[in-house]
Amino acid sequence: MANHSTTSSHSRFQQHHFVDAEQQFDAAKMGMWVFLVTEILMFGGLFAAYIVYRLWYPELFVLASEELNTLWGGVNTLVLIGSSLTVAMAIKSAQLNQKRNIAINLGITLALAAIFMVIKYFEYTHKFHLGIFPGEFYTFEGIDHPKANVFFSLYYLMTGLHGIHVTIGMGLMIWLLVRSTKGHFGEEYYTPIEMTGLYWHLVDIIWIFLFPLFYLID
Amino acid sequence: MATAEANPKKIQVQRYEPESDPDKHYLNEETGLWTWLTTVDHKKIGLMYLASITFFFFVGGIMALLVRTELWTPAKTFIEANTYNQLFTLHGAIMIFLFLVPSVPAALGNFFLPLQLGAKDVAFPRLNLLSYYIYVAGAVISIVSIVSGGIDTGWTFYTPYSSTTGGAVTIMTFGVFVIGFSSILTGVNFITTIHKMRAPGLTWDKLSLFSWSLYATSIIQILATPVLAITLALVGMERILGIGIFDPAMGGDPVLYQHFFWFYSHPAVYIMIVPGFGIVSEVITTFSKKHIFGYWAIALSSLAIAFIGFLVWGHHMFVSGQASLATMVFSFLTFLVGIPTGIKMFNWTATLYKGSIKLASPLLYIFGFFFLFLVGGLTGIVLGSIALDVHLHDTYYVVAHFHFVMVGGMVMAFLAGLHYWWPKMIGRMYNETMAKIACGIIFIGFNVTFLPQFVMGSQGMPRRYFNYIEQFQSFHQISTIGSYILGFGFVMIFYYLVKSIFTGEKASPNPWGSRALEWQVNSRPPLHNFHHTPVIVNGPYDYHKPMDEFQLGLAENHNAHSDVNGAEVSVSNEEETSAE
Repeated sequence: MANHSTTSSHSRFQQHHFVDAEQQFDAAKMGMWVFLVTEILMFGGLFAAYIVYRLWYPELFVLASEELNTLWGGVNTLVLIGSSLTVAMAIKSAQLNQKRNIAINLGITLALAAIFMVIKYFEYTHKFHLGIFPGEFYTFEGIDHPKANVFFSLYYLMTGLHGIHVTIGMGLMIWLLVRSTKGHFGEEYYTPIEMTGLYWHLVDIIWIFLFPLFYLID
Repeated sequence: MATAEANPKKIQVQRYEPESDPDKHYLNEETGLWTWLTTVDHKKIGLMYLASITFFFFVGGIMALLVRTELWTPAKTFIEANTYNQLFTLHGAIMIFLFLVPSVPAALGNFFLPLQLGAKDVAFPRLNLLSYYIYVAGAVISIVSIVSGGIDTGWTFYTPYSSTTGGAVTIMTFGVFVIGFSSILTGVNFITTIHKMRAPGLTWDKLSLFSWSLYATSIIQILATPVLAITLALVGMERILGIGIFDPAMGGDPVLYQHFFWFYSHPAVYIMIVPGFGIVSEVITTFSKKHIFGYWAIALSSLAIAFIGFLVWGHHMFVSGQASLATMVFSFLTFLVGIPTGIKMFNWTATLYKGSIKLASPLLYIFGFFFLFLVGGLTGIVLGSIALDVHLHDTYYVVAHFHFVMVGGMVMAFLAGLHYWWPKMIGRMYNETMAKIACGIIFIGFNVTFLPQFVMGSQGMPRRYFNYIEQFQSFHQISTIGSYILGFGFVMIFYYLVKSIFTGEKASPNPWGSRALEWQVNSRPPLHNFHHTPVIVNGPYDYHKPMDEFQLGLAENHNAHSDVNGAEVSVSNEEETSAE
């Protein structure tokens, strides 16, 4: 079929059903934004649950929040904001065709994401050690409130879902790193980096909401 | 994309005469099982969806017949109460999540949206294939839950019952969770496709109303389905970890579950019905040979339904203990939904007025839709009024209303679309006489099944009950007989449609004389839909010109793919004229 576009004018990453690379980029970008809307709605369900329970048990949230380590939460916030900067720099490097810098910036982003997860791991294990488990497995007695387990159910659900997103993001960064070392990306084609960047900014923004809602209310 | 039209230069316009039964088409250009399983062609994916939803429609249908048969006598007829609970739960869950939600968008929409946009494919073909496999994975997980204990919660999974009852509720909610992602990805794909993949000249006011309805549906899909996903994940967590969000024993709130669930599931009924509205608009204009009456009213009323549909979920909870102020607001907003729906009904009727009506089987199904959906819609207004709802809540009246909208509305529209587009999809004509008879059988069977349920419901017969008092027996028996007639009608449709694949006469490319873009390609379309990017000069409902003046443009070379295309197009009956 003549419609299989293999002519030299096309980038090798352009798919057959797009007229040109610009249409492909625009479509990918729009699709990604629409997908991010669905992500916000998904987290929105949990934020709605948070609002309801905080209205019902305001004193519980203040009490239980003291069990969370504000210092390490703050460090994690800085780490994630830093990683958003580096992923944006990776996109800029691609636009400027600095192929080496793409890989460096993606590598730093990946490392920062890993630091975030390591800190999260120590926060979780410290709480498990104290007996702060979600729901019916909750055995901690340091908080004088009968519904303390509900707060920590929400805490684990929301930070856990966020953690899953960070892990997925790390997978995407590794994929991008492999492709960038093969020289796939440059000024004429950097769609996957831009899309992963959008995703990563969303993960960052959700954490920026989670941090004050859980760590800073005491 | 619209550069060709905005361009003051003359555009080359040529008539393209599509072939019937071409040598090369999307079904034979690539063959073999592996190419089907790995295809990114939207048409093949649409057919795979069509086969899957047909399968689940019959599975869910058999369950419905078993439920109706059990209700023949007031006490136990032939199955245990617990099995009965599982059957009506699975009937609802399978029909909604595996048939109704994907039916029109994923099967017919996948096939015809790119054709109506003049595109070669959807924006993300691989994502499209992925959403099919996610659907299959979710379906398999649901089947695992059926064989590993089943569920008896009703398709609504209400807590705290769903978080405490036995059976495989966790697996089933996980299955529905997975299927939800298929729906979300289809929505993302369609929205992007409609925005970015339209052929040159296809402006928003030339967009087909089926595409408009899919656009509205996709908006609901992407906004509502993630909330269902997180809600079902919470039910799963409730069962695994006992997180206590919905469990009153642990400080949780079961009404919160209902809010979450209906925030998805009320808009979800519009996910099911709005694409059906799109089919009605297409079929009505084609068979009355007339421009659609009130194009913008119909297009925008779909969006209005999508918007208002998000604000009415509380009408499912009038007796669940929500604030009385909220109840009043939700009741008022529910009445508002009737307005855009009414606008559509009036515009469709006005389209028929003074039209040149050809009463072929697709239009017959649409007439069935009009009657049944009108009853379904008006009884919805009845249920939306607070005082009546307190009486009718959780009775057979609700069951009948829901089936009038979903089967009488949505399934009738789906069947109309299936009959309307079958010649284009398969390239063969079905037996028209049998199609008309089957339509009559379904219409009669449906009314015999569900009209008695309105009466029973208003007299107080509660839904989902295994036993009932004897005064309702005659109603139940009439309803059961009706369900057999209805089932026979569906089997008949299946028979003559499958038969037409093998022995049907070859369909011409445009058997209905439609002006819509999907009819201007070969019957059995080519693998990439259009041999050459079309430039849209006339809208999809332009019946003012005779067919031989109804022309498609050709894109300038910079919009084309290579010079080879020019040679290929000249094979087909070319006559050059100038437009603009």
